[in-house]
Amino acid sequence: MALSRIFGNGQETKDPYGAPGTGKSTLISVVTIVVILGGWWLVTELELIRALFVPPPGLVFSKFLKISCYDHYMESLLVFLGVQAEVVAECEGFSENALHQHILASLYRVFSSFFLALVTAVPIGIAMGVNRFARGVFDPPIEFYRPIPPLAYLPLTIIWFGIGDFAKIFLIYLACFAPLAISARAGVKSCSIEQIHAAYSMGASRHQVMWHVVLKAALPEILTGMRISIAFGWTTLVAAEMVAAKAGIGVMVLNAARFLATDIVFLGIVVIGLIAFFFDVLMRRMERLLVPWKGKA
Amino acid sequence: MPAVMSLKDVGMVFPATTVGGSVTALEGINLEFEPEEFVVALGASGCGKTTLLNVMAGFLPPTSGAILLHDSPITGPGRDRGVVFQKHALFPWLNVVENTAFGLRIQGVGARDRTAIAEENLNLVGLSEFGNHPIYQLSGGMQQRVGLARALTTNPEILLMDEPLGALDAFTRENMQELVLQVWRRTKKIVFFITHSVEEALFMATRLIVMSPRPGRITHEYKLDFCQRYFELGDARKIKSDADFIKIREEVLSIIYGEETEE
Ligand SMILES: Nc1ncnc2c1ncn2[C@@H]1O[C@H](COP(=O)(O)OP(=O)(O)OP(=O)(O)O)[C@@H](O)[C@H]1O
Ligand SMILES: [Mg+2]
Repeated sequence: MALSRIFGNGQETKDPYGAPGTGKSTLISVVTIVVILGGWWLVTELELIRALFVPPPGLVFSKFLKISCYDHYMESLLVFLGVQAEVVAECEGFSENALHQHILASLYRVFSSFFLALVTAVPIGIAMGVNRFARGVFDPPIEFYRPIPPLAYLPLTIIWFGIGDFAKIFLIYLACFAPLAISARAGVKSCSIEQIHAAYSMGASRHQVMWHVVLKAALPEILTGMRISIAFGWTTLVAAEMVAAKAGIGVMVLNAARFLATDIVFLGIVVIGLIAFFFDVLMRRMERLLVPWKGKA
Repeated sequence: MPAVMSLKDVGMVFPATTVGGSVTALEGINLEFEPEEFVVALGASGCGKTTLLNVMAGFLPPTSGAILLHDSPITGPGRDRGVVFQKHALFPWLNVVENTAFGLRIQGVGARDRTAIAEENLNLVGLSEFGNHPIYQLSGGMQQRVGLARALTTNPEILLMDEPLGALDAFTRENMQELVLQVWRRTKKIVFFITHSVEEALFMATRLIVMSPRPGRITHEYKLDFCQRYFELGDARKIKSDADFIKIREEVLSIIYGEETEE
């Protein structure tokens, strides 16, 4: 009985003839996560798989504490937070950086790329949507490079810009650029001809129609583009950090793999996943805040 | 009385496209609008009613003839002609009062003044309590009332309405007919109103024009006073079931159907 209340009984009793698949699924998702974590713990506990391949959760967690600090501030913070002093004493960071330094280095790269893409791709996309000349100019290059995997042109960015941060930011920038430009371009088509005519007949100038109607109506699409874009940029991060980076969450995983430190590889993957999830939640919050009318009119 | 707006031999030919030949949507349209008139255009689908309204609003330049407003030709859309559309014309990113005040805002009227004027107009259409509501939470009838209030806020001389009640259910529609008439009586605007419904047309118009398709032309004109009778009696249903009303309704219906069977 209790189980069928959680999982439903195949058809929702409250609305038997409603659209399929409605209702909350949060609890079910929590159960899934618990099952996955439990399964992970179980196979390592029973030593079905060697720790080299799948390290036990406990080990990954203690590694998390160990690489969390590389300096005295973090050490005292950890002690303050109640972590045992002996554990903290073993803290060593990884690749000469604490975990948060890796994360910050990666966030810096992704956000500066995303920001650069935002201020360039959105105006270009809008221009493409409203101007035939801009569309003619920008359409071929964007449509050409868009489907190419970033790994394919990574070597070229290194030849051009060297192995510094700029090459990495450029690579992520390219990944962020296309979805933003395309969504902005599509967005300026979202207003109806009636809305445009209404504005004109209330005395609006071309300029005012652009600003007060076309761009406002484009906002929902642009925000969707931002969400796709930041996710795409984050996906490209590990590729961008493959070459000569000291700090970065992608570097951490790559270096750890080189030393067969599977626990740190696991940890890195979990951190990358959690941060991406956090971005998405943030962007969705922003959508609800900025474009509450989305999909309703 | 001098005509406020006049159409002189207006024609509109849409050029041929890849899917078909050229379409003569309007031909030889002559119309004069005098103060306080309620002109209704009626005709089968595709007879050029929307094209006529678009030409008058200034969205489409006619291919022949001229449209004069106080003796000077119109060159494009303007504040002197307010437009109410069938649907999809409100701005969902603005709430009810902001939508209504839009025309004043782009003129640079200050927030307090434009809100006051917008609220006056919302009051006129019976929406004074809904100023802060988002558009997408309103019913279809309420949205059309916002559209009407918004068009009135810039104080146009003529209101152009393209099937403003076409998307509403029968009950709301009848109530809205009365509301539009009350607003017209209070604001004394010239109204040009398009509809598919013969009953609606006869009930509301002071002048009815009947159009025929291909080429779109005005074939019949009637002077009517059913709306005046409504203002005196206050009972819309009674007027619509009156013997006079039914007689002329059947006459107009046979004109429209007659044209269709001729083809
Ligand atoms: N932009 C256009 N290009 C080409 N032909 C058009 C265009 N707009 C309208 N037409 C044609 O002009 C004719 C009149 O169209 P219009 O929309 O004015 O009719 P209507 O009377 O408003 O019809 P309805 O009652 O269905 O709204 C139709 O034959 C239509 O196909
Ligand atoms: Mg039409």
